[in-house]
Amino acid sequence: MGAMKDAPPAPSQMFSVATGAAAPRPALAAAVAILLMLAALPAFAARNLIQDLIFLFYMLALAQCWNLLAGFSGLISVGQQAFVGLGGYMLFALTLFAGLDPLLAIPLAGLVCAAFALPTALIVFRMRGAYFAIGTWVVAEVYRLVFAQFKGLGGGTGTSLAPSITSTVFGIEWVKALFDVRTPAARDIISYWGALVLMASTLAFVHAVLRSRRGLALGAIRDQEAAAAGLGVDIYRTKLAVYVATAAMTGMIGALIYLQKARISPDAAFSVLDWTAYVIFIVVIGGIGTMEGPVIGAVIFYLLQRNLADFGAWYLILLGALAIAVMLFAPRGLWGFVAERFGVTLFPTRRRLIMGSDHGKRV
Amino acid sequence: MTGALDAVIQGILLGGLYALFAAGLSLIFGVMRLVNLAHGDLIVLAAFIILVLAGKLGLDPFMAVLVAAPILFAIGFALQHVLLNRTLGRDLLPPLLVTFGLSIIIQNGLLQLFSADSERLRSGAIETASIALGGGIAIGVVPLLTLLSAVAVIVILNLIFYRTALGRAFRATSDDLEVAQLMGIDHNRIFATAMGLAFVVIAIAALYLGLRSNFDPTIGPARLLYAFEAVIVGGLGSFWGTLAGGIVLGLAQTIGARIDPEWQILSGHLVFLIVLAIRPRGLFPRALD
Repeated sequence: MGAMKDAPPAPSQMFSVATGAAAPRPALAAAVAILLMLAALPAFAARNLIQDLIFLFYMLALAQCWNLLAGFSGLISVGQQAFVGLGGYMLFALTLFAGLDPLLAIPLAGLVCAAFALPTALIVFRMRGAYFAIGTWVVAEVYRLVFAQFKGLGGGTGTSLAPSITSTVFGIEWVKALFDVRTPAARDIISYWGALVLMASTLAFVHAVLRSRRGLALGAIRDQEAAAAGLGVDIYRTKLAVYVATAAMTGMIGALIYLQKARISPDAAFSVLDWTAYVIFIVVIGGIGTMEGPVIGAVIFYLLQRNLADFGAWYLILLGALAIAVMLFAPRGLWGFVAERFGVTLFPTRRRLIMGSDHGKRV
Repeated sequence: MTGALDAVIQGILLGGLYALFAAGLSLIFGVMRLVNLAHGDLIVLAAFIILVLAGKLGLDPFMAVLVAAPILFAIGFALQHVLLNRTLGRDLLPPLLVTFGLSIIIQNGLLQLFSADSERLRSGAIETASIALGGGIAIGVVPLLTLLSAVAVIVILNLIFYRTALGRAFRATSDDLEVAQLMGIDHNRIFATAMGLAFVVIAIAALYLGLRSNFDPTIGPARLLYAFEAVIVGGLGSFWGTLAGGIVLGLAQTIGARIDPEWQILSGHLVFLIVLAIRPRGLFPRALD
């Protein structure tokens, strides 16, 4: 046999685990620049574009929330419409009955959703996997049927926000003066900023969770629950925390959606098609289990919705068929395909093993 | 008192319908651990197939279902063989999302073909016939037939599962897929056969769905939830448990509706959640999964 290499086998080879560049400065700067540009957009953009972007932003935010549940935590929910609807109804209740400003009602609606998510979780967490999915759907139906009983909120037919509420929302006079627009356009601009803030904070929240220790625990649970438990991950509490936090985010988004729509009914607010099926489509098409996937999926969905929604039933058949095809032939979605081929990532959340490094980042 | 007794009797009869919805779901879960989110829409699809066959061939629905059953068996066999077998594996997402996509395709396909109008299966005098039990209580012939059919379906499914070679193959693939394959069982074929059988049960469920009430393309998801609730309340893995679960759900809905008609569906869901909270494995559990 040939001579051994003279260097002794390093008994303490250095290695470390890193989550990509912690916050690559150019990327951070680019993100801030994009945000500022989007925030300034109402100065130039037509009202149509602003309305379209509100839709795009809240669908993207919902998709990130669902992706955190299903793609990263193994909690496949078909019942997130429960929290969209609850958030929307809380906005109506808090503004109509308590006289709060809608912008204040949005975070409060999120808190109420978190409070409702806890007891809901105690029941639905008794089911696992596919049963959890249908169980969450049953719960959403219960929410829908219960809100249809509240006569003060319009019962089964629903109710509208009085114009006196929507046109006195905080900051509206200032927006009117700044952009020289009428009240309805100013309302859209405020909703637009609200949607932008919610979308950006959802992205930041999911990003932060995935880079934290809890995010690592989530990945372990999703990949192999028994092994994760063996390594000391408290599965129940980790999942519960994600479920409640996602419910709060989803509820705030729901509140914003119904501030923009200014009209709510149980069938629309707790619609499985609008708030779960479309959201699943976005995540699956873009790439489940990645943060980039929902971004791409939301843009594709927006383009399809804009151009094909008039085809009604045929459009929905197309969406269903596309989702099935992607699930069968490219289960990691469009982004999975791109990332595999070019090895790129926009939101560095994956852990990589770095050999021979002695200045690793935190785990 | 008569009112309460009547509610109980009608509730049990309604439970027969829910047991029929649930039996197909329970069957495919039992064999291949597949939870089919399109189950409710498939029942509605089958009802439309029976409606069309009855119309075109001039048959009574009870005859039309005999023609529909082999067609549906073939559709189910092909669906499992071509599409659903590809989704089965360790990952839960593909089967769930593929069947969810299927649900949306079926619903909207039916809307496109038949519009959103309500339909009903017509079978002449039997639809309104009833048997008087005295004391002002009468039971409809169709609801009674529904319950009897549910019992018959469950007896037959149990016979197939525990007395035939096919049933042995079902149980073997369910218990341990790899060992079953080693014994020379073609699991793809077994799964496809199980789905075909489930579709025959779906045809029977669809017959009574269409005879008992109006149906339209959008009511599928609610039927899925009732079927699912019956399976969970009864306990996984037992067909008799599924019947019991269906009856519990039927009773809950009927009694709820007597208190306030708007509470019918809600009471069913609430009883399901209560059972889940106090007996998460159902009333008559058998399987461990």
